[in-house]
Amino acid sequence: MWRYVGRRLVLAVPTLLGASIIVFAMVHLAPGDPIAAILPVDASKEQIEDIKKVYGFDKPLPVQYLKWLGRVVQGDLGKSIATRRAVILDVRDSLANSLVLALSSSVLAFGAGIALGLLAAFRQGRALDKIASAMAVIGVSVPHYWAGIILIIIFSVQLGWLPAMGASSDGGLVGYLRHMTLPTIALALIPLGVIARVTRSAALDILNQEFVLALRAKGLAQRRVFAHVVKNAAPQIITVLGLQFGFQLGGSVLVEAVFSWPGTGYLLNLAIFQRDMPVLQGVILVLATFFVLLNLLVDVLQTYIDPRIARH
Amino acid sequence: MSVIALPQSPSTVAGAPMSYWRTVAWRLSQDRATLVAGTLLLLIALSALAAPWIAPHDPSAGAIRLRLAPVGTPSHVLGTDEQGRDMLSRLLWGGRMTLIAGLTPVVVAFVVGTVLGVIAGYAGGLMNTLIMRTMDIFYAFPAVLLAIAVSGALGPGLLNTLISLSIVFVPRVVRVAESATVQVKGLEYVAAAKASGASVWQILRHHLLANILGPVLVFASTQVSLSIILAAGLSFLGLGVTPPAAEWGLMLNTLRQSIYVNAVVPALPGLAIFVTSMAFNLVSDGLRDAMEIRT
Repeated sequence: MWRYVGRRLVLAVPTLLGASIIVFAMVHLAPGDPIAAILPVDASKEQIEDIKKVYGFDKPLPVQYLKWLGRVVQGDLGKSIATRRAVILDVRDSLANSLVLALSSSVLAFGAGIALGLLAAFRQGRALDKIASAMAVIGVSVPHYWAGIILIIIFSVQLGWLPAMGASSDGGLVGYLRHMTLPTIALALIPLGVIARVTRSAALDILNQEFVLALRAKGLAQRRVFAHVVKNAAPQIITVLGLQFGFQLGGSVLVEAVFSWPGTGYLLNLAIFQRDMPVLQGVILVLATFFVLLNLLVDVLQTYIDPRIARH
Repeated sequence: MSVIALPQSPSTVAGAPMSYWRTVAWRLSQDRATLVAGTLLLLIALSALAAPWIAPHDPSAGAIRLRLAPVGTPSHVLGTDEQGRDMLSRLLWGGRMTLIAGLTPVVVAFVVGTVLGVIAGYAGGLMNTLIMRTMDIFYAFPAVLLAIAVSGALGPGLLNTLISLSIVFVPRVVRVAESATVQVKGLEYVAAAKASGASVWQILRHHLLANILGPVLVFASTQVSLSIILAAGLSFLGLGVTPPAAEWGLMLNTLRQSIYVNAVVPALPGLAIFVTSMAFNLVSDGLRDAMEIRT
């Protein structure tokens, strides 16, 4: 078990290093000079050289990368070109908002998705199964940014029940929660569909195994059979839950743009249009690190639940 | 030529087993949901192709006095957008753009991914490690984030959208193709072919590709819906197709501000994305079931 955890940890290092190379390379993928955005229009040759020196752009690329990586590891993601603030501060503030949204939408999607999937499996072929399956297909097919706009049209414009934009804090906790509601629902749609689907097929696989027949033959109540099925389907479901949570964190960019929710996606969007590369890099690197660590956690958790996996 | 007279088709012999592809076709013909979705998809594709001939108006000609006309306005069946341009015409033209932007990356990923996956799977060893570990790096990013990050760095434009989405989908296809190749490579008939002196190329063509293309194709088809949603999403963020071209995501973006004036028309481009992506999902589900492939 611990040897497996150790091996997975070691394997995560090259992945993270590779991700950091991609993030670093993004500045050089971008058309135009990386410092063009901060140069005055009438900058002289010396000024350009000076600024290049300040930002380290005069060194060869591998040297630039290693220096950058060295700073990143110490938590220094550079300064925003637009605001001159340390990137790490902006990322920290927005990450809190994104985490809140990822958590709330995950709770909603996991709860509803698992319930829907289990119901569908136990009522296989009946009306409830068909409704659940339809919901699952809708969930994975709907463009969530459009769903967000529809929610705004219905609940903000037509009914006037909930705010459409931002995360104003002047309403206190209630105000924050009211602002959170619509983005949470919009963000929960995709994972809800995916989780319902996986739960249904995982539960069906178990239900079709002989030991379930034996349990039933033994005269076990439906409720107890249910408990056995859930326990056996758990590893597969947990894998998907972990992955989906990661997607929620990184995939909220579009929903945050629709609702002007001040999270990492909103910050990323802003950085793209201001061509603020340090912020762009910072956000993506932090989110990717979160994602890799989360995947690691899922693997370890899975092995803990089902130790047979570690042997593969 | 065979000396023994063979029946013209397997069905003329009662109880003769059907060939794999005939079985697949028969199963598809019994699957009503897939047939309906397939027909819908065909209609969407045809109307997008025929947009220049069937669109009632010029998609970029607006009339300021006719802004945000409601659905059902005479001569503008689906209303007009915020610049008074005919919605039906723009949706038809927009479908072209969205389908191109959504389908191309999956096609690219299918070709490139299969080649890389087969090489990694068949060669094994160092080559396998090199290719697969490189692909793993892209898995460090959630799909949406990777697409937006690359597009954000490259800047707006259709070509950049295609590049960034291909980067999202190639590693996924490689993984599927590699594991399918490794599985088939270990089967006895490949060893038999090798023993009977078949060249590497013959084995790859007749034994490997023939057996892995089906599963890889089905996997690729499951990715189309996500690709369309992402392609339109990039345009929605202003990172994809640039105005004044009509594209569903871009239309959704520019119409967003108008929801307080007209609640129905701004929802239409998103509905088009939704219906198209659902049709693709249903068809790929049906294909997977009919071909008995588990993913």
